[in-house]
Amino acid sequence: MAINYETFEYDVLVIGAGGAGLRAAIEASSAGVTVGLVCKSLLGKAHTVMAEGGMAAAMGNVDDRDSWKVHFADTMRGGQYVNNWRMAELHAKEAPARVQELEAWGAVFDRTKEGKISQRNFGGHRYPRLAHVGDRTGLEMIRTLQDHGIHQGITVHMEWTIVRLLKDGNRVVGAFGYDRERGRFKVFKAKAVVIASGGLGRAFKITSNSWEGTGDGHSLAYHAGAELLDMEFVQFHPTGMIWPPSVQGILVTESVRGEGGVLRNKDGKRFMFDDIPDNYKNQTSTDPEEGWRYTQNDKNARRPPELLTRDHVARCINREVKAGRGSPHGGVFLDISWIKEKISNAPEHIKKKLPSMYHQFMQLANLDITKEPMEVGPTTHYAMGGVRVNGETQMSSVPGLFAAGECAAGLHGANRLGGNSLSDLLVFGKRAGEFAAKFAKENPHVQIDEAQVEAAAQEALAPFEHGASTGGSAEGPYQVQHELQNMMQELVGIVRTEGEMKQALERLGTLRDRAAKAAVYGHREYNPGWHTALDLKHLLTISEAIAMSALDRQESRGGHFREDFPDKSAEAAKVNSVVWKAEDGSMKLRREPIPPLPEELKQIIEEMSK
Amino acid sequence: MSTVTFKIWRSGEDGKDGKLVEYQTEASEGMVVLDVVHKIQATQANDLACRWNCKAGKCGSCSAEINGKPSLMCMTRLDMIPIDKPVTIEPMRAFPPLRDLVTDVSWNFRVKKKIKQFKPRPPDAPDGTWRMQQEDIDRVQEFRKCIECFLCQDVCHVLRDHNKHDEFIGPRYLVYTAALEMHPLDTEDRIPELKKAQGIGYCNITKCCTTVCPEHITITDNAIIPLKERVVDEFYDPLGWLWKIIRPKG
Ligand SMILES: Cc1cc2nc3c(=O)[nH]c(=O)nc-3n(C[C@H](O)[C@H](O)[C@H](O)COP(=O)(O)OP(=O)(O)OC[C@H]3O[C@@H](n4cnc5c(N)ncnc54)[C@H](O)[C@@H]3O)c2cc1C
Ligand code: SF4
Ligand code: SF4
Ligand code: FES
Repeated sequence: MAINYETFEYDVLVIGAGGAGLRAAIEASSAGVTVGLVCKSLLGKAHTVMAEGGMAAAMGNVDDRDSWKVHFADTMRGGQYVNNWRMAELHAKEAPARVQELEAWGAVFDRTKEGKISQRNFGGHRYPRLAHVGDRTGLEMIRTLQDHGIHQGITVHMEWTIVRLLKDGNRVVGAFGYDRERGRFKVFKAKAVVIASGGLGRAFKITSNSWEGTGDGHSLAYHAGAELLDMEFVQFHPTGMIWPPSVQGILVTESVRGEGGVLRNKDGKRFMFDDIPDNYKNQTSTDPEEGWRYTQNDKNARRPPELLTRDHVARCINREVKAGRGSPHGGVFLDISWIKEKISNAPEHIKKKLPSMYHQFMQLANLDITKEPMEVGPTTHYAMGGVRVNGETQMSSVPGLFAAGECAAGLHGANRLGGNSLSDLLVFGKRAGEFAAKFAKENPHVQIDEAQVEAAAQEALAPFEHGASTGGSAEGPYQVQHELQNMMQELVGIVRTEGEMKQALERLGTLRDRAAKAAVYGHREYNPGWHTALDLKHLLTISEAIAMSALDRQESRGGHFREDFPDKSAEAAKVNSVVWKAEDGSMKLRREPIPPLPEELKQIIEEMSK
Repeated sequence: MSTVTFKIWRSGEDGKDGKLVEYQTEASEGMVVLDVVHKIQATQANDLACRWNCKAGKCGSCSAEINGKPSLMCMTRLDMIPIDKPVTIEPMRAFPPLRDLVTDVSWNFRVKKKIKQFKPRPPDAPDGTWRMQQEDIDRVQEFRKCIECFLCQDVCHVLRDHNKHDEFIGPRYLVYTAALEMHPLDTEDRIPELKKAQGIGYCNITKCCTTVCPEHITITDNAIIPLKERVVDEFYDPLGWLWKIIRPKG
């Protein structure tokens, strides 16, 4: 078969134009190499645009007791100590400078009275730490990076999708993809490739992620020989919309709770007071009054239990619902309107602090959050697991292949703190760009293997051939996708058991067979059926990695909760899960010991837990 | 549950010569137009092309014309529009069609690139940071809420009816320029281009752009009119002009 394609050559190819990809591209281009940037949607539409609450950086603008050490300790505690401690350290140290840099590039953050960047409270952060712009921080971040980036000489290919990485021996030397507009094939020749493809929430039925979150980068890296780390740790955000049905999963930002919002069950009880984990006891208030003062920045008050870590809050909500104490549509109540008891201009205050939440509920649910409580329930939100990288350079186990942002693993351990993602994108996006540029300069010689291009093209066109050869009788990709999402939601969701996960792995086998035969009709131009068929491979790959890792971790930790092993295990505390693709194409898993904490970091953690 | 009829614009073979095609589907409580389009896509027309990402009015991808009105499909609830008669959904008409509901909006990205980028004054504090008061940035923050849905560009008659894409940057980029010009830290001057290459004079303040903006940015009153005033000050007011030379901005 003769394959038609266009070839592009860059020193560094960045896959993904969210915060991580844009930051990497900016850094690489300022290092003086040529940079190509590919993304599935238009520029500025990536997931990052949806982030609401803020980005965590220990600038100490609101509470000067904050420092990188406290941020580091909070991140490790939140991640339940299976984090890559080197990444947690670098992140805490470098985040303030990265946020500051955004201001130099035009970002306009909310201010303190002294005119500095304001910072807000968020779950698991000891001090007010999140730089923010109302509840549209992600928009501010992506727009700032985008508007800065377009003047940097980066070549952007919008609405193009990468479906395979190309290799020369061990090393990654490029990528193969198509453009949505016409469905024409594209080949990239690159000395280094940065994957910044975001999350994988679309593997589950209820999710805050958009259609883009199909784990492409995880899967591309895996099939190119990279290792995936800690895939069992998926974050279920406690507060997603649940009603009306069509908005199920859409995120309700944690800032609602940060600004004083409380969770109640159908009896009106603040159930979060019922279960405060031991390691957070001395930081958490048992008194509603004190909790309120905390949200109003009283430095002597301790946080309300609504601001405990996300994994814990999500499970408490799950418990209330299962015990029959939920709201009419199977969630619980989140109430911010009650603050009118405390402040006189509450409705205006809420609209000013949470404008897009106000808007979102008004428009999608016909509900005024300044007057009524919202109904919320857990939603699949974030992947802590991902491509295993070197903590300093962000290079994967495959030479020339880098990963940054949500698709990379390590920083967040078993549970990510809110606000730590946006700062992650900046800190490690920058590092990935820097080291990819360096790698490109040091390893200039690359060669593309035609046979790999041909194989990738054939695989990409297969769904059309199934369509043509079966004459309209074969199953389409949407059916398989829906079944996969339902299956993952039910069997590998927020509460897991061995039996269910074994069943999931089995069913993944059949779904894989069906996906391989899925048929697509029509043309190659902007055909979402075809795109869905191609994404299926990624969804199946990462679903298998999640189920396999979750089955192996026989304990409960962070985002991973096992009903059959409800406690933490001292053995499992010492290991990360590593998944890779064996010679025969099958997925393999091993447990790998976590490197011991250096003495000084250990001391910081001990000091901070007093 | 009730049955709704949608008439959706479908392109012809080569992406051109499109026509409205009728689909019927069941609608349930709380559904938005984008849900219906997705449902039709999943069950009746797998190849129906549309853009979307966030489904919550945050990304500005799903712009279309619903019963002729430029709107976000994800924020238009069925109970906000009459559904007893067929609902028409068409692509934005101010941009070249690509396929079905998808248009070629690349012109917008090219326009932005031509606008001079942010150039801050030197930092205020020795640690390299700046000081700004909240009340001094409120207006800029309003402009920065823009989600680049391009609905304002779609509705503006200068672009839509008169096709002045080469001479006029459109309301979106007037808002963008206003955000830069009114940024307390910025030291660049974009007023000369606004008058000439960017064609601010074409805007005759019809306010259609403000009406369709899903972010409720008061585009005309807060962004365009103040910019027009700056243009007038700079070009027609000799005193103001002299003042600018003696005491440059910043
Ligand atoms: C509703 C919501 C609210 C959030 N709020 C916060 C918050 O307040 N604070 C916080 O810290 N975090 C928050 N998060 C998490 C955070 O927004 C994300 O983790 C983060 O934005 C991910 O950024 P990224 O750069 O890694 O990837 P993304 O922004 O997801 O971008 C991925 C990019 O990769 C591209 N891509 C993917 N696959 C391919 C492919 N095959 N070929 C080509 N391109 C591809 C996509 O097109 C896209 O451009 C929130 C998330 C959501 C969903
Ligand atoms: S006010 Fe000006 S920019 Fe807005 S629609 Fe009317 S003419 Fe266009
Ligand atoms: S100004 Fe409003 S209508 Fe125009 S692109 Fe921005 S958000 Fe859309
Ligand atoms: S899908 Fe994002 S604005 Fe409609």
